[in-house]
Amino acid sequence: MSIIQKSATEQLALLQSGEITSAELTQAYLERINAVDTSVGAFLRVESETALAQAVKIDRKRKAGESLGKLAGLPVAIKDILCTINTPTTCGSRMLENFAPPYNATVVENLLAADAVILGRTNMDEFAMGSSTENSAYHPTYNPWDTSRIPGGSSGGAAACVSADMAPLSVGTDTGGSIRQPAALCGCVGLKPTYGRVSRYGLIAFASSLDQIGPLAKTVEDAALLMEVLAGYDPLDSTSVNIPVPAYSESVGKPLENLTLGVVEHHFGEGIDPEIESAVKQAIAIYESLGASIKNIELPHADYGIATYYIIAPCEASSNLARYDGAHYGYRADQAEVLAELAEDGSDEGPLVRMYRKTRSQGFGAEVQRRIMLGTYALSEGYYDAFYLKAQKVRRLIRKDYDQAFEQVDMIIGPVTANPAFAKGEKASDPMAMYLEDLYTVTANLAGVAGISLPCGFTENGLPIGLQLQAAPFQEEKLLRAAQMFQNATDFHTRRPEIS
Amino acid sequence: MSLTRQDVEKVALLARLKFDEEQLDKMTDHMVQIVQYVHKLSELNTDDVEPMAHALDVHNALAEDVPRPSLSREEALKNAPKSDGEYFRVPAVLGE
Repeated sequence: MSIIQKSATEQLALLQSGEITSAELTQAYLERINAVDTSVGAFLRVESETALAQAVKIDRKRKAGESLGKLAGLPVAIKDILCTINTPTTCGSRMLENFAPPYNATVVENLLAADAVILGRTNMDEFAMGSSTENSAYHPTYNPWDTSRIPGGSSGGAAACVSADMAPLSVGTDTGGSIRQPAALCGCVGLKPTYGRVSRYGLIAFASSLDQIGPLAKTVEDAALLMEVLAGYDPLDSTSVNIPVPAYSESVGKPLENLTLGVVEHHFGEGIDPEIESAVKQAIAIYESLGASIKNIELPHADYGIATYYIIAPCEASSNLARYDGAHYGYRADQAEVLAELAEDGSDEGPLVRMYRKTRSQGFGAEVQRRIMLGTYALSEGYYDAFYLKAQKVRRLIRKDYDQAFEQVDMIIGPVTANPAFAKGEKASDPMAMYLEDLYTVTANLAGVAGISLPCGFTENGLPIGLQLQAAPFQEEKLLRAAQMFQNATDFHTRRPEIS
Repeated sequence: MSLTRQDVEKVALLARLKFDEEQLDKMTDHMVQIVQYVHKLSELNTDDVEPMAHALDVHNALAEDVPRPSLSREEALKNAPKSDGEYFRVPAVLGE
């Protein structure tokens, strides 16, 4: 087994014992990226020089016997949505093509303090809006298991780079399923933490009441390791919660006793791919054989999740994205073009308003404009009560469903997606079909609970299938331990794609 | 509820976006479809339900009122498409 095929936890042990250096490990990943990323397209930018320099620095610190952070020497890939000082951060958009933030996101600070090596920035749907990474303004990402298919999204690059052994650890974000769905479709582990568990400071906002940052990795232990570094209270994020961060990586190996898992009958049957249904049911049986008890539960309002989400998320997006005005940072439409257009159509809206409009229509892609339009419409005079207020009320009902469920069970077990990875272009012209991709994942964001996706099988065509576990707020530790129990009993996480 | 092409055009101005004829048709189609779908929520009676803006019971997280360093003018203007070193520059607002 080559070094890059090992788990991050194993690599860390080899770094600590001095059997490998961070420079060697980083170099091995850079070579791998060089060899396969032309087929996968997981990275928007690879930062070879700074990564190697950082690796050498950490090796030197280790040699000198200095104290080191929790990830000392491990390469990490970062979704291109997290601000990094004086380094391009594009959010997959032309709007931010030349944007270099004047500060670091808190999670970037956390990674640097943990002595991680930042390998590069991963591809994503523009402003994290999408489920296939086809909405990136730069290039698509392909699924390493079948490069004619999409990797999921919006953290498609983050999942694909882990799955293709181009990074041992990667950081993504999840607003409606954007970590869990690509993790499922690419066959890796992805955790969406409880809202408030990880600081959003420096995360470029999409829907602020739903966005969370979380880890993607090959194994549950690796996800626990990275989560320990990402999580924590941050005074710079007023929605960050001040409760201690458990030592996830130390407790992850301890199985849970008397585990009760809830199954929602409604998750199965119509609409779900039979191979996914059978893999998830088999996973439930495995938990039973490990001593868990299974209980049927109801989430009566889960069916309204997508409708609720596609009001709340666009409303928040339309407000958040109002900041892209061509004046403060980012793209601005050409002045001469703006004036010529105004003169031509004789509009009296004036050069400033037309500058805004042209800037935004040229700088944003179609999906981002669609969501801004939906949100602006739903928040406009006369519609607010019917849409936004109504959705906020249904959001409360969805949360109550979860609260009631977690009085009866420790976790909810079920599918991540209804179907395996779909073909590139298949849903590109049908926004509603793309939105339904988030069916099983959006409710966790609306309710603010934690969810994890882990590999639980493969289709006959060799495409990965994901299993979702959801737990009550701030129960990440239990969630990781439960996931680890499944991983110990199965070997799905050990399979890697042959990249053609 | 019907959403017309004229509505979409009006919303585009509010959203500071601009579409050509073909884009406007497509946007109208898509928005009609999505709005129809989200109307599903009207099936539910929510009269006595308190709206939920947020997943957390955190209210008014206040910071100590102490001055701390902020971005310098130079840093704040660094990413501006157009500035004169002191201000952000935009097209004339009140005419030439």
